[in-house]
Amino acid sequence: MSPKTPSKLEKILRAGHRAVTSECGPPRGSDPAHIVHKAQLIQRHVDAINITDNQTSVCRLCSLAACIRLKLMGLEPVLQMVVRDRNRIALQSDILGAASFDIHNLLCLSGDHQRFGDNAQGQNVFDLDSMQLLQTVRRMRDEGKFLGGDPVQRPPAMFVGAAANPFADPFEIRVPRLAKKVAAGAEFIQTQCIYNLERFEKWMELVRDRGLHEKVFILAGVTPFKSAGMARYMKSKVPGMDVPDEVVKRMAGTPKDKQAEEGITICVETIQRLKAVEGVAGFHIMAIEWEERVPEIVERAGLFPRPTV
Amino acid sequence: MIVAERKPIEEILGQVKQVRSVLVLGCNECVTVCEAGGKKEVGVLASALRMLFLQQGREVNVGERTLERQCDTEYLEEIRDMIDAFDAVVSLACGVGIQFTAERYPSKAVYPGVNTCFMGAALERGVWSERCQGCGSCILAATGAVCPITRCAKRLLNGPCGGSTAGKCEISKDVECAWQLIIDRLKALGRLEDYERLSPIKDWSTDRAGGPRKIIREDLRS
Amino acid sequence: MRLGYPSSIRIIRVPCTGKVDVLHILRCFERGADGVTVVGCREGDCHYQTGNFRAKKRVQQAQAILEQIGIGGTRVRMCNLSSSDAPLFVRFAQEMHAAIMDAGPNPVRTARMLQRASAGTTAALQQP
Repeated sequence: MSPKTPSKLEKILRAGHRAVTSECGPPRGSDPAHIVHKAQLIQRHVDAINITDNQTSVCRLCSLAACIRLKLMGLEPVLQMVVRDRNRIALQSDILGAASFDIHNLLCLSGDHQRFGDNAQGQNVFDLDSMQLLQTVRRMRDEGKFLGGDPVQRPPAMFVGAAANPFADPFEIRVPRLAKKVAAGAEFIQTQCIYNLERFEKWMELVRDRGLHEKVFILAGVTPFKSAGMARYMKSKVPGMDVPDEVVKRMAGTPKDKQAEEGITICVETIQRLKAVEGVAGFHIMAIEWEERVPEIVERAGLFPRPTV
Repeated sequence: MIVAERKPIEEILGQVKQVRSVLVLGCNECVTVCEAGGKKEVGVLASALRMLFLQQGREVNVGERTLERQCDTEYLEEIRDMIDAFDAVVSLACGVGIQFTAERYPSKAVYPGVNTCFMGAALERGVWSERCQGCGSCILAATGAVCPITRCAKRLLNGPCGGSTAGKCEISKDVECAWQLIIDRLKALGRLEDYERLSPIKDWSTDRAGGPRKIIREDLRS
Repeated sequence: MRLGYPSSIRIIRVPCTGKVDVLHILRCFERGADGVTVVGCREGDCHYQTGNFRAKKRVQQAQAILEQIGIGGTRVRMCNLSSSDAPLFVRFAQEMHAAIMDAGPNPVRTARMLQRASAGTTAALQQP
């Protein structure tokens, strides 16, 4: 199928290449050098860079402004947009703002509850949910209409994505939930960090059973552990994260000064194994405050050089 | 019922520190059932206030009365003949009763004696849990009679989010995931296929978002 | 056994401590009592199953309120004994008596006496 948008990410995926995306968290301040630097570290090794939207509800420089920075550098941003902080007026308005800078990728998310962040006493909005945001942006793009029905001048040309967590509960609706997101308009999916490969492969099997892998590009999410402590933290403290005991043991069994290496190796092995899984269209490497190691992961996983389209 | 919680006595005392006489006014409805503002709580608060005022060397007349309801004018009229004896009222009714009392007696200062919390039910003695947010457009038919607007911390109409773990919400292990409950219910009803129906974008104009709400039933008006 | 207990203590009989409400306890203080002991049956021995457990919770509620209004939560206590355990009752009574002597008079009673005294003085001054 030919691309529907000018998105480079879409072109790569539709051309049948394995896509590689990564993500950067904006700074907790107004200095753009931070985001520019992070992007420079990974720009040759990834096809597109997600910019998180006040992740874990901690207030940061806005995703849109950081995406514009990437755009000014000639890079391909994926604008993450959570429905926690904005109502449908602000969401549609920000979509147009992003489109005006030719930001061509949008990832629609619910967002972590504000109680995890630095403004736990704040209100949340949740006027739309992530699926309804998908519907909204698709309506703006495909029908050229606002939710209210009025025409959009120069509709946003955005490749639209969503997240999927194969590990959250209840497992039985994880695939139906993906189907719902596809029905709502998702064209690509970035998954939660994968550590439990068996469970992910089981999920992919169910995805294939329903033919969903042919309707949506699934980018498998990976996050390298920096230490055994991080593995334990992700296992016990992060909601919806599935880290098997043997992975934690493997990290803990490695001498402290070698743990970072081991974390990278596990990540590379994960990618290698998932490359063989039918329906995995690419990888989303979330190296949390560890962007400098992304090139190495991409190279060792055999995903370098990146294709040009 | 409307579930309320007693305010700390200190806070109430701060509200009535200038008054020379105060009527503690309870309500026999919801706040009685949730033991926040019925006849008994009126007695306890009035007794505590009297003892406090005495210790402060202040002569304050503290009256007690509990009405059938504070959200209906005919019951509020029952204190018409006694209200002049008081400068102020501490109402232990829900926020509705407090405001309605004030509307009925414009010259009296009316203070809240409770924090009105939510519409909920008693899970057991001493434990109440929220069930409805009064959005004005009920969707329970689609969700197996479990309200995601009330019980999902993100009020997701197409949940659950990725934070649902072992049936619990990401905000706390003590909070049930509403969408887990919905899925369990749909399963029990043999309607799990309904889960895949996309819930449409909600019209929040019947909710608080649409401004203060009012219902007019012409068939009932006199 | 002819055991004696402090004469300052006045006994109010109730069918079961489950009958005792927070309000009853507060009323005692409002009327000038310096302390209140709720004497219930031993835990597990309640004829009505849970009367003494309810009393225990209400004593705790009363303690919290008395603490908030400056009278002091320690002036209310709960003790549990069986009807045949007179020596234990005497011990509780003596302990309570000692604790109250320590705590001093109920500030509400003192305040009321002061109020009456000043009212009396005013009245006296107004007399021709």
